[in-house]
Amino acid sequence: MLEKEGQIRIPSGCAISGFISRDGKRIGGDKIVKSISYMHDRSNGLGGGFAGYGIYPEYKEQYAFHIFYNSNDARVETERFLDRHFDVVNLSRIPTKKHPNITNEPLIWRYFLTPLPTKLASSQLDEREFVAQCVININDRIDGSYVFSSGKNMGVFKAVGYPEDVGEFYRLDEYAGYAWTAHGRYPTNTPGWWGGAHPFALLDYTIVHNGEISSYDANRRYIEMYGYKCNLLTDTEVITYIFDFLNRKQNLSLEDIAKIIAAPFWTEIESGKYSETEKKKLKYFRNVFSSLLVTGPFSIILGFDGGLMALNDRLKLRSMVAAEKDDMVYLASEECAIRAICPDADRVWSPRGGEPIIVTLNDK
Amino acid sequence: MAINYYQPLYEVMRDKDRCIKCRACERQCANEVHSYDEECDVMISDSRQCVDCQRCVSICPTNALKIANNPNTFRQNSNWSQQIMTEVYKQAETGGVLLSAMGNPKEYPVYWDKILLNASQVTNPPIDPLREPMETKVFLGKKPKNVRFNKDGTINTDLPPTLELSTPIMFSAMSYGSISKNAHESLARAATELGIYYNTGEGGLHKDFYKYGPNTIVQVASGRFGVFRDYLEAGAAVEIKMGQGAKPGIGGHLPGAKILEDISKTRMIPMGTDAISPAPHHDIYSIEDLRQLVFSLKEATCYKKPVIVKIAAVHNVAAIASGIARSGADIIAIDGYRGGTGAAPTRIRDNVGIPIELALASVDQRLRDEGIRNEVSIVVAGSVRSSADVVKAIALGADAVYIGTAALLALGCHLCRSCQTGRCNWGIATQRPDLVKRLNPDIGYKRLVNLIHAWDHEIKEMMGGMGINSVEALRGNRLMLRGVGLTEKELEVLGIQHAGQ
Repeated sequence: MLEKEGQIRIPSGCAISGFISRDGKRIGGDKIVKSISYMHDRSNGLGGGFAGYGIYPEYKEQYAFHIFYNSNDARVETERFLDRHFDVVNLSRIPTKKHPNITNEPLIWRYFLTPLPTKLASSQLDEREFVAQCVININDRIDGSYVFSSGKNMGVFKAVGYPEDVGEFYRLDEYAGYAWTAHGRYPTNTPGWWGGAHPFALLDYTIVHNGEISSYDANRRYIEMYGYKCNLLTDTEVITYIFDFLNRKQNLSLEDIAKIIAAPFWTEIESGKYSETEKKKLKYFRNVFSSLLVTGPFSIILGFDGGLMALNDRLKLRSMVAAEKDDMVYLASEECAIRAICPDADRVWSPRGGEPIIVTLNDK
Repeated sequence: MAINYYQPLYEVMRDKDRCIKCRACERQCANEVHSYDEECDVMISDSRQCVDCQRCVSICPTNALKIANNPNTFRQNSNWSQQIMTEVYKQAETGGVLLSAMGNPKEYPVYWDKILLNASQVTNPPIDPLREPMETKVFLGKKPKNVRFNKDGTINTDLPPTLELSTPIMFSAMSYGSISKNAHESLARAATELGIYYNTGEGGLHKDFYKYGPNTIVQVASGRFGVFRDYLEAGAAVEIKMGQGAKPGIGGHLPGAKILEDISKTRMIPMGTDAISPAPHHDIYSIEDLRQLVFSLKEATCYKKPVIVKIAAVHNVAAIASGIARSGADIIAIDGYRGGTGAAPTRIRDNVGIPIELALASVDQRLRDEGIRNEVSIVVAGSVRSSADVVKAIALGADAVYIGTAALLALGCHLCRSCQTGRCNWGIATQRPDLVKRLNPDIGYKRLVNLIHAWDHEIKEMMGGMGINSVEALRGNRLMLRGVGLTEKELEVLGIQHAGQ
């Protein structure tokens, strides 16, 4: 019996792709499916997934939970938990289409939720922390139940399979959003568990990641001190928690977070290219958050409410290409995935290692 | 005729064909093993006095000398070994406590040797430190719980006092008195050149060495020898010594014979008096007392210097460390039961304390479980023998290591474990001027620098193989470790998996 994510650490190679309309134009999910399909050989059919932003305008004030259940019992228990903590505004199965290459699907449900004011007040937490803790609680404590998407006006769709098949299975052409990311997975050893597919998400943060980080256990053991539980033992999970911790809890900007997880080398810091204030800050980050330095190859696209961010490890040990066309910005492991949906980009370039690309909506 | 109940441990073997009777061995041996018989024109050796320090062997120009174990054996007995029998004879003769020096030499498990490191293959590229930057700089000290912002929204980058190390290795506490002035000078100069720190031990700081203050950790031990305002202000950090791995639970004793003029001035005690460090600090009988001493020292140094609390690794070390982490200390130093000493009761050295590998693993995990790992840095000692031990210590969770024995080896020590006699032929653990001058600090410091450079390079090679290009990504990264031949319980305490898993 193969062990699934969470019981064993499984390295994987991958393909990632993403785009955003800075003007906030809503673009159909079929476009991201087409983009990732051009990198078919970077996946091996053991995981594919998508994140779409701006896809639930009619419920944009509610937290949208997407949940996998192994059984109806797990669903009943989880729904009891949800009822105790949230006002459930809407619930339904997520619409899917039978697909010959997608099998063994769990029960896949969607909930639009508002935290119960009394519960929230008595928890003495801010709303997002309350929701995050509820997600971590369900995933950690309720057997057979897994929340894989929990942000507002956004959603993650993932499964075991090639990403283009996963996109068809979830009928992504029926959704439209201002930003999309996609992931095709090439794990080296997994029985294929749906929860182990990517993107990984907490609140509105989603990560698609290509690489295998050598700092994993140092990062994991640090972040777990702050109430996170790395149940899946995947790089993507721990990177998502690092972003959540630094951005939401420590109030650091995404630019600064890049300087922590892909910190400039000391030789660069001392090279004279930075002002004294900047040098002091970089040294402060490398001291205080030294355990959040991420080493080994990675390229990631972070999705968040109102934008995308792309980042490579500081040696750029993984490929990543960016392109611009009008108000659109594209990011992908390979240029072909961009050309497939934007053949006439104004500019195509390869971001340097450790140099973040941060794109936000013009009105944000 | 007196009866010799026990026999010399060693046999001095001289190749008479090679020996040119230059008498160098005679001049070099402070134990007076070698002598020249003029009448018979022959060199003779008294093996009884030999401690196997290898000085004569190393100095002999014709390679004529060898020291071997005495082949004479008592009747074999797996329970009553020759050593145990000999010790009984000695105590029956003298009525005294057995004394030993340097670390526990017994056959207890060395966990470093049962832990293997990872390397990258295919899914993740190894990194070549000769081609790519590879970083070993570390900071020791408290980290703030939360980022603080200034009124203008910029980040407040003020930090509690911090030690900055070019590589995660420091020289551990060895007092002036237990080792010679030249040994201290070698350590101080090497630390300065390397951008690391050495530690005064509990013997005060010689006036000639105040200039190395920025790379000096000054120790405050139970005897408080040499502790005064200038001393505290001279160092980069202050270390409170609560215990020592070689002799947990007991104090120290530097015999009056070693308290010569310089040492008496440095320790601030009269010449010729015994320097006795009590077992406890007499102002620390509990954890809340420790907190008061930590803050007294911080007050005295205007909160500008980190305070280290050094403890011996004992059974409930994790709970003790947790208490220390909440006491205001910035750094915890933990000394394992194999740590060295200038002199300790043999029974204490060989039977008290626990392995540093297990102590480190449980302390690091406990502090993380309690969410207070960032309150303190962890430095481990006793014994770290090579760069591989350093890498394993860091992956288990240490911020840095202290090395003592390895540093003395670099200065020539051959681990004869006779420091307490004060007749160190290598000029290290002695105060006899004729012996001290054998250790040239100009050469000694260079050998220490070489050693640390070599280790630093090896650390980078091992990190590169793992695909890690900065030591902070190695710290606590236990996934990079696997045990071999360990039990489930040992693996559980170490927090690592078995090889093949």
